[in-house]
Amino acid sequence: MSEAFRISVNGAHVEARPGETVIQACDAAGVYIPRLCHHPELKPAGHCRMCVCDINGRRASACTTPAEPGMVIVSENADLVEDRRALLEMLFVEGNHFCPTCEKSGDCELQALAYRLAVSAPRLPYAWPKRDLDATHPDVFIDRNTCILCSRCIRASRDLDGKSLFAFSGRGRAVRLNVDSTVGLGETEFAAVDKAARLCPVGCIVIKRTGYRVPYGERRFDTALIGAEIEARAERGENDADGQ
Amino acid sequence: MGGTAEMQAIIDDAVRRVGADRTRLMDILQDTHRGHGHLDHGDFAAIGAALGIRAAAVEDTASFYAFFNRLPRGRFHIFFSRTPVSLMKGAREVAAAFAAATGAQIGAVSPDGAFSLAWAADLGMADQEPSALVNGAAVVRLSPADAPGIVAALKGADGKASGLPLFGGDGAAQSLPQARIADSLVEPGPALFDAEATGDGLRRALERPPDEVVKEISKAKLRGRGGAGFPTGLKWKLCRQGKGDRRFVVCNADEGEPGTFKDRVLLTRAPDLVFEGMTIAAHAIGASSGVVYLRAEYAYLLASLEEKLSARRAAGRLGRNILGRSNFDFDIRIQLGAGAYVCGEESSLIESLEGKRGSPRDRPPFPTERGYLGGPTAVDNVETFACATRILERGSAWFSQFGTPESTGVKLFSVSGDCERPGVYELPFGVTLNELLDRVGASEARFVQVGGPSGECVAPKDYGRRLAYEDLSTGGSVMIFGPQRNVLETALEFTEFFAEESCGWCTPCRVGSTILAETMRKIVGGRASLEDVIAAHNLARTVKRTSRCGLGQTAPNPIVSTMRNFPERYEAALVKEDFTPRVDLNDALEESRRVQRPDKTMPEQQA
Repeated sequence: MSEAFRISVNGAHVEARPGETVIQACDAAGVYIPRLCHHPELKPAGHCRMCVCDINGRRASACTTPAEPGMVIVSENADLVEDRRALLEMLFVEGNHFCPTCEKSGDCELQALAYRLAVSAPRLPYAWPKRDLDATHPDVFIDRNTCILCSRCIRASRDLDGKSLFAFSGRGRAVRLNVDSTVGLGETEFAAVDKAARLCPVGCIVIKRTGYRVPYGERRFDTALIGAEIEARAERGENDADGQ
Repeated sequence: MGGTAEMQAIIDDAVRRVGADRTRLMDILQDTHRGHGHLDHGDFAAIGAALGIRAAAVEDTASFYAFFNRLPRGRFHIFFSRTPVSLMKGAREVAAAFAAATGAQIGAVSPDGAFSLAWAADLGMADQEPSALVNGAAVVRLSPADAPGIVAALKGADGKASGLPLFGGDGAAQSLPQARIADSLVEPGPALFDAEATGDGLRRALERPPDEVVKEISKAKLRGRGGAGFPTGLKWKLCRQGKGDRRFVVCNADEGEPGTFKDRVLLTRAPDLVFEGMTIAAHAIGASSGVVYLRAEYAYLLASLEEKLSARRAAGRLGRNILGRSNFDFDIRIQLGAGAYVCGEESSLIESLEGKRGSPRDRPPFPTERGYLGGPTAVDNVETFACATRILERGSAWFSQFGTPESTGVKLFSVSGDCERPGVYELPFGVTLNELLDRVGASEARFVQVGGPSGECVAPKDYGRRLAYEDLSTGGSVMIFGPQRNVLETALEFTEFFAEESCGWCTPCRVGSTILAETMRKIVGGRASLEDVIAAHNLARTVKRTSRCGLGQTAPNPIVSTMRNFPERYEAALVKEDFTPRVDLNDALEESRRVQRPDKTMPEQQA
């Protein structure tokens, strides 16, 4: 592996390696940058824009920007927080999110980020879209009401499962998650063990017959803020997130 | 139309024609659409099977483009241009006249299945609005009185087997009333339109080593004519240095910025100037293939452009051993778009060229490093290539004598709206807006939209500003609005345009632009309070700061620039209350009223 180099994040030195993106370097150093579409096992896609930072004086998404020697990054300031709150609001009003009855509540990254960034109720107008459900698969349920179009399932099915069962359809506000079937997911070779079923950040792709096994109140983000596991690395002085 | 076996044959032909190359999916979809009239799941499955990809992947691409219909439509599908300029020239009335003459409502098919009507974004005819596309063939300067004649002409041609192709390409529609598109070159200048391309530019380029050609372009300080103004010499140099076996020259003829049509005029009057510029670029960067990405709205130009390319091949200016150089092969193909403004963004354009949805790419890497098919790619505007030809022909010193030190050369301006002489003007950079308004006959302009919706809405106090990269930067669109026009309504139209054209990839543009349009509707409707304006301002900032590409980053410009330059118009439109509901109670209750009293319409409705 080539030489590590330094970048500056919020005024502190952070080590980065060639080929790493800004978010990877920051994760390794224990600096948490909010994100929704980014996942360490997937190629970055730049959809959600939560991880947009000031990078060398310009706005850019940390998940898609390669780290370069001497880079100066501000990952959080008043404007960035305002933007992230607004982006979260946009995602909430774009879909139909009912946290109190959602199976994913407490495990949902969208909800968890809203708690972390203190977004209580959106002020933007709700779109109340009509979105389709798909219960045709014996083991997996798709509820597009909560889809945030992050493409994690699309990328996972293509790059990790080797199946390419998901895609987008439409343009602009009409973009929807599509499956490779006119009938539904049940007609495809999708399996509940597929990565595509496991990486959904919200309550859109859920595994049947596992609902509420872990009670509300005892779930991932009920007990810790989202990002806390990354920030813990800084406290422990860890500086290596290979495989993360 | 057509049975399954017939469709299968059409798809097989379409796939064979491009050698079952998945990256040529746009061509396959165009051919299938032409044969079928629309694209459905059966088509996606058949195309997917022939290419060895998922039907959902085919749909992913197809469903992105506005010109690919997903449902059966009329034998004649008519798109009406909907822009502030077309509306001021009476597009609404024209569309209503067509609805009456065909029996089809806008957005629907006529009962006899012969006609369907729909609104479209700018068709590139701002100088001769209202305009429409009839199965891809343009008709212009329409008035409501033209509708019956055009509809009768179409009905007459409606034989059993023949008819217009669904995407232009032949002359069948040229006989329609109002089909004569004026070329609209009002004022040719000293560079682009003063002579034909003789091949001297190319000959001179080939006499010099490639890096000398790049230097000449850099010395001329040529900058991209599409609007962004990136130095062309630097782009070519980076592309030349990019690693890869195959390099590409791509001409961006996806002239989608509302109000601009100068590339249409260039491609009509002087296509050789453009093709020659592409060939010079190929020599400079070491490319052997080039592509012109032509917007679907200009499909009617396809046949004449193909003829020009054939003529150039016959003359030894394209193909193998160009102008007798044994080591220089270069050819050009034309890729037709399918109705997506965002494809004018260079990385979206490349995605579309590769048969994908036209969402932009993350940068880095830039196209000069990894572009079309992964090779270093120089994407330049139509006009930029034309300038390059002249620079090689007459020298960088000659070129840079025009314009300003930072914006050398001449620029084509597309002028439309409330003026006496709309059309294309070739003027040196640095001309003031006042001078331009005098030339075009627009003494009463109340506001001028420079650079299209993504540009600036300029108030009279700023008419002394210069049209140049360093001041009022523009790809050439200049839309003029007279005293009777409403700046807020225009801002709303432009904001809706961006919401329609957002690719949907990223949150702020997909959701934010829609909410901005909604808020603007409330303001124009006279139902907004100061609170709404502040919320719109804040949302606009977030959309600008966080969007992934230029479309989203400029989508709030119509609102931001009118708030800055016309604050008094906003103030006058506001309700003097702390809060007003987003919903108009009367509108909201209308449906339940109708349900309760189906036989009686409310008095307001009859008005």
